[in-house]
Amino acid sequence: MPPSWRRWLLSDAPTSRRQARAARAYLGWIAFSRNPLAMLGLVIFLALLASALFAPALAPLDPVSGDLANRLLAPGGEYWLGTDQQGRDIWSRIIYGSRTTLLIVFMVAVTAAPIGIVIGASAGYLGGWVETVLMRLTDAFLAFPKLVLALAFAAALGSGIENAILAIALTAWPPYARIARAETLAVRGTDYVAAAKLNGASDLRIVLGHIMPMCLPSLIVRVSLDMAGVILIAAGLGFLGLGVAPPQPEWGSMVSEGRSQILEQWWVCTYPGVAIFLVSLGFNLIGDGLRDVLDPREGRDG
Amino acid sequence: MDKSPLLEADRLNVSFHTPRGVVHAVRDVSFKMGREKLAIVGESGSGKTQAGRAILGLSDGRVSAKRLAFHGETLLGLDARAWRAIRGRRIAMVMQDPRYSLNPVMPVGEQLLEADRDRGSAKTARARALDMLASVRIRDPERVFRAWPHEMSGGMGQRVMIAMMLMAEPELLIADEPTSALDVTVRLQVLAILDNLVRTRDMGLIFISHDLNLVRTFCDRVLVMYAGQVLETLPAAELAAARHPYTQGLLACPPEIDHRRERLTVLRRDPQWLEPVAP
Amino acid sequence: MSDAIIEVENLTIGFGEGKNRIAAVKGVDFTVTEGENFGLVGESGCGKSTILRALAGLNEDWSGRIRLCGRDMDKKRPRALRRLAQMVFQDPFGSLHPKHTVDRILSEPLEIHGMDDVEGRVRLALDQVQLEPVHRFRYPHQMSGGQRQRVAIARALILQPKVILLDEPTSALDVSIQAEVLNLLQDLGQQMGLTYVLVSHDLGVVAHMCRRLAIMRQGEIVETAMAEELERGKLVHPYSRQLLVASRGYDRNAIDAFLDH
Repeated sequence: MPPSWRRWLLSDAPTSRRQARAARAYLGWIAFSRNPLAMLGLVIFLALLASALFAPALAPLDPVSGDLANRLLAPGGEYWLGTDQQGRDIWSRIIYGSRTTLLIVFMVAVTAAPIGIVIGASAGYLGGWVETVLMRLTDAFLAFPKLVLALAFAAALGSGIENAILAIALTAWPPYARIARAETLAVRGTDYVAAAKLNGASDLRIVLGHIMPMCLPSLIVRVSLDMAGVILIAAGLGFLGLGVAPPQPEWGSMVSEGRSQILEQWWVCTYPGVAIFLVSLGFNLIGDGLRDVLDPREGRDG
Repeated sequence: MDKSPLLEADRLNVSFHTPRGVVHAVRDVSFKMGREKLAIVGESGSGKTQAGRAILGLSDGRVSAKRLAFHGETLLGLDARAWRAIRGRRIAMVMQDPRYSLNPVMPVGEQLLEADRDRGSAKTARARALDMLASVRIRDPERVFRAWPHEMSGGMGQRVMIAMMLMAEPELLIADEPTSALDVTVRLQVLAILDNLVRTRDMGLIFISHDLNLVRTFCDRVLVMYAGQVLETLPAAELAAARHPYTQGLLACPPEIDHRRERLTVLRRDPQWLEPVAP
Repeated sequence: MSDAIIEVENLTIGFGEGKNRIAAVKGVDFTVTEGENFGLVGESGCGKSTILRALAGLNEDWSGRIRLCGRDMDKKRPRALRRLAQMVFQDPFGSLHPKHTVDRILSEPLEIHGMDDVEGRVRLALDQVQLEPVHRFRYPHQMSGGQRQRVAIARALILQPKVILLDEPTSALDVSIQAEVLNLLQDLGQQMGLTYVLVSHDLGVVAHMCRRLAIMRQGEIVETAMAEELERGKLVHPYSRQLLVASRGYDRNAIDAFLDH
């Protein structure tokens, strides 16, 4: 980074809100980048991103149609990670499968997290019957195991990636609502919220501008830690045939397809499994790193 | 009685390593004290709290000293076992806010007994605990003995804290702003209790405070700290005649009830107050 | 009285519901005239801050009568009337949003009330509380306690209120900083013709800032006095006298005479 940028970012006399915000983000980044495990998580995430973006360039063979003459070949030669029972290159399928994984993770994050924060913050701030109704609804969702609920939704909605995303998002928001409500209750009685009321701020302005920013850090941490679970549920749905429609590559269904030959042709389900494991691990490491930066209460040296 | 002072600190230093560099919270602080009420006063960030914590080995920073001795025995480099024999038994500490110092899930009586665990039978220990509660002027010791920390007011909680510290009959009590969370009348009552203890039990007291006015009327001797250094040490009675401009400035700042002024005096800080510290 | 800016009649404020309801303030009356600084003194739990929050419109659970600038206040206060009285809180860290810059803290009230020249008003407000332009885009955690309290004062002033409610504005500050903040408040009060209601446990601060004060105990005003009477020690009620003695410092003999409560 050019020294002049660094000086601009670390200035103790910023001259605009933009600069103040950028400086705050930069200090966060410095703290995050000091954590080697978090950086490893970030590298894994970037690799996932790159593989999804450049799938056509990275995958040597067609992920969808295979050559039946080359069924179940062991890793090596032209097929780096071997082939499956339809003669498709497993490496290429993993690369293309990362698109599905990323799409699911991204869509769940941008739907479930906002739903959760809006429900939780409104319930916590408004209180009364609004809180009762919203939180009982949340509890009702929380009462079921996530995977079972997702299975029920996916089964009701039918297979397909959109329905899988919807099913997962519907099961993912309740914990976010709970976190947002807990943070809101802590913030609601503070003097800065009282000061905003005195200034004439409306409830909507207080919730959006004063309360939600305080809920965000713990929510971001929770979402990134949850992404591993989302990937596993997506894989589970795929495994049970409720996720992405074949022959589109999806890691979970790839594991599922290989399970009958797990001992003889171990590579068919092992490599997609390794991909699931690595990406889940990456999100977990990122989540832990973010917690240390954003939510220092639980950190070691906050 | 032995000749060595109760507590002796020679060139006590506490420093912290932060991402922005080393912060010297306490620099070359030296003092000797006997069985008296010694005040350490200063503003926030003056290092007074860090000095108090360092004496008890509770500092999070790096502590060094040429000498730090209690009854002539060094307190530097003690291991955990040696500290256990001293902390809470021979030197005790009272913190600012009793709400954070008492265990919220244990009745007051049990906490008092815990402070006294290995002395005599359960019956005598209980009697002693009730005695202690009475000695800090709690009117109904039996009731308070059974009470939970959340059932007590701030003043009551602080008295219980002091009773707890006294169970072990320490020779030195370090009190860090023990009364600043309390109302004025309760504050003075708690101070009167401490005063009695120093007189009747022959105890030493280090009273850490930001309130010069209080210290002037309560303590025997005053150590004035600024930016980690001791600027001057003088008898509390002579505080009004303090030489150092910082001490004078601090004394002049607060508004006085009996003597109204149009404007309050503002403290002007001078970088030359700080002596250069040898590396 | 025509120049009364605050009139409080039979104000009663409680907390809790039904059987558990506790009266924090029990039928308090007082009047503050324009430009007169009025102090409410007492120990914790005496109801002084509760009164202040009701005056500000932050507590809606009261009965009695509150008039500000000649207008009766309802329990729900409309936006336009909120401008009349602004408040400065005790803890300067807790009263500033940790994720908002000083600039945002000061310009948000202006945006809410649709006031013009936000830029100029923010600059003026910083100047009035003797903060430098470099402080404008800082976050609260990048400033000292005294600077933060100046920001809180600037926020209270920016809507040009008639009344400023000060809730222990200096008790979290060092005495040297307290002197600076109290001097600043005095100057601003004179320049802008403000009326202060100051709540404090510190008789010295109240005596310095206010012309008249009320001493409270357990939800009631036990005595109202002029600052000169306090200066000469001419308080009547035994509780007020005890408070006065206690405020003068440590005195062995006086303490034994204190009444517990």
